[in-house]
Amino acid sequence: MASLSRADVEHVAHLARLGLTPEELARLEGQLNHILDQYAKLAELDTDAIPPTAQTIELENILRYDAARGSLPAAEVLANAPERDGDFFVVPAILGGE
Amino acid sequence: MAEDLTTLLAHQMAARLRAGEVTSRELAEAHLARAHATDRGLHAWLSLDDDRALAEADAADARLAAARAAGPAALDALHPLHGVPVALKDLVSVKGGQCTAGSRILEGYRAPYDAHITERLHEAGAVILGKTNMDEFAMGSSCEHSAFGPTANPWDLGRVPGGSSGGSAASVAAFQTPLSIGTDTGGSIRQPAALCGIVGMKPTYGRVSRYGIVAFASSLDQVGPFGRDVRDASALLHAVSGRDERDSTSAPIPVPEDLVRLPSSDDEAAAWLRGRRFGVPREYFVAGMDPGVEARIREAVAVLAASGASVEEVSLPHTDYGLATYYIVAPAEASANLARYDGVRFGHSVRGGEDYLADYLATRGSGFGAEVKRRIMLGTYALSAGYYDAFYLKALKVRTLIKRDFDVLFEAGFDALVAPTSPDVAFRFGDKMADPVRMYLSDACTLPVNMAGLPGISVPCGLSEGLPVGLQFIGPAWSEAALLRAARAYEGATAGADWRQVLPRDLALLEDPGIATPAERAAAPH
Repeated sequence: MASLSRADVEHVAHLARLGLTPEELARLEGQLNHILDQYAKLAELDTDAIPPTAQTIELENILRYDAARGSLPAAEVLANAPERDGDFFVVPAILGGE
Repeated sequence: MAEDLTTLLAHQMAARLRAGEVTSRELAEAHLARAHATDRGLHAWLSLDDDRALAEADAADARLAAARAAGPAALDALHPLHGVPVALKDLVSVKGGQCTAGSRILEGYRAPYDAHITERLHEAGAVILGKTNMDEFAMGSSCEHSAFGPTANPWDLGRVPGGSSGGSAASVAAFQTPLSIGTDTGGSIRQPAALCGIVGMKPTYGRVSRYGIVAFASSLDQVGPFGRDVRDASALLHAVSGRDERDSTSAPIPVPEDLVRLPSSDDEAAAWLRGRRFGVPREYFVAGMDPGVEARIREAVAVLAASGASVEEVSLPHTDYGLATYYIVAPAEASANLARYDGVRFGHSVRGGEDYLADYLATRGSGFGAEVKRRIMLGTYALSAGYYDAFYLKALKVRTLIKRDFDVLFEAGFDALVAPTSPDVAFRFGDKMADPVRMYLSDACTLPVNMAGLPGISVPCGLSEGLPVGLQFIGPAWSEAALLRAARAYEGATAGADWRQVLPRDLALLEDPGIATPAERAAAPH
């Protein structure tokens, strides 16, 4: 079964956008590998002919009318903004600044 | 001396409200006073909103007065929860109120709208007292993973109440509220109900809308009730159930009116057992389970048999694969759901890094606790390139096998399965914090039910060394009415049992205003 190196743990943390301390990374390396060991049990089962179950109730294609309806007032939505400018959320620049 | 209104069951409150013997305001005041006075040593609540609760109680009293003036039919039309206090787990949105999900990353956030179940509770006339403590993002089985400190168990203040809905369970067990709402993704209602000696139910996936409730694992999460008896829990389930188009997984299946018509007579309730057929899955008596738990469950099964039910040992052969399957599926879904916490639109936000990526890393790295980070890491890994088939797809296939195990038994005609809710009684603070896998095993008997989308209920069935044991009934999809009948029948058949008279043994200690907090107890060596 797969096992995670320190570099793997750092890569997954980057994918998950989690800034972790060296202590956290070291602890997670041990804990994640211990949990992955539990996953190995699933290899005992032959599931080639088994369909996957992503959800358990037989509801399909739940549709609604494509009708415009009211949304929350901007003031209420923006009340939770960490940083705002008028009716806008302030975010860090995502394009190069030069 | 005035009667202590906090000892009443919700259905007793309902009868007295209708008779004009008590007001909703008096009930709300009594519970708020008790919650304020006794929560230092318990820490079941993250917020109590006295002003809002009393305003809701006054509105309920006004509607009651109008209904009483209009005649018996108008009184009958009121929901059984009209004027009755209820607590919400702190991941249910109440417009304008806090909704932390037990996490620093949502500290300071105010919900801009009501959850569907909040609307339904208001329509029913229930009075929302406040919000209860929980493991962060509902990830945990002990409430020790709350960012705001743990909750204690009123049976032994050195022990956990279970989790993740630990505050909801402890508050009901400690008579701070007659009813509360929890959520159950792998056992988070049933396990704390068992550990706190109360009733807790996870309904069928799709029975209750999750609109306005913080998501953990969307193919597993369900909302459900806690109460001190089956009738109370059933009435609360009735109030919050039903189709809501804002949650497309909420099913267009009628809510059974039987939920508010469970028999009041214990003998009548117990008589329902005659001729019923129960299966006892042998795999749920796991190696290493508390012998006292096993003994109480075997005794409960004997009560069902003595009451005229047939009881057969059955097999759910893929039970042993449940844990690994769950700990792939749930973290995978969580890693996607929790991607929204980026510090841009709401919640905790760290700014000023060299670029947007640095701000994301700092916000999420400092906003999430250790268990949430662990699950996000597991889920991200299980879904990442090269591992998707080996982990996530494999787990979804095994999920099919787990679900088929249940299907086979229910197609064979079993009314319900009977099993332990938890392999352990309440454990001590810290006992399972060092090893995540040991903590995860707390849910070995509950998480297969979530994997299969089925309803399950935990009811008290006695004590092991003075601590409560929970008996779990598991039914086919949409069988809530029959499952609650079965649970009520067991309750009726054991109404005279000595253990039913035992109150949580540390209740009296909670009256001490200088008592140690759960955080202090958890930090002390034992």
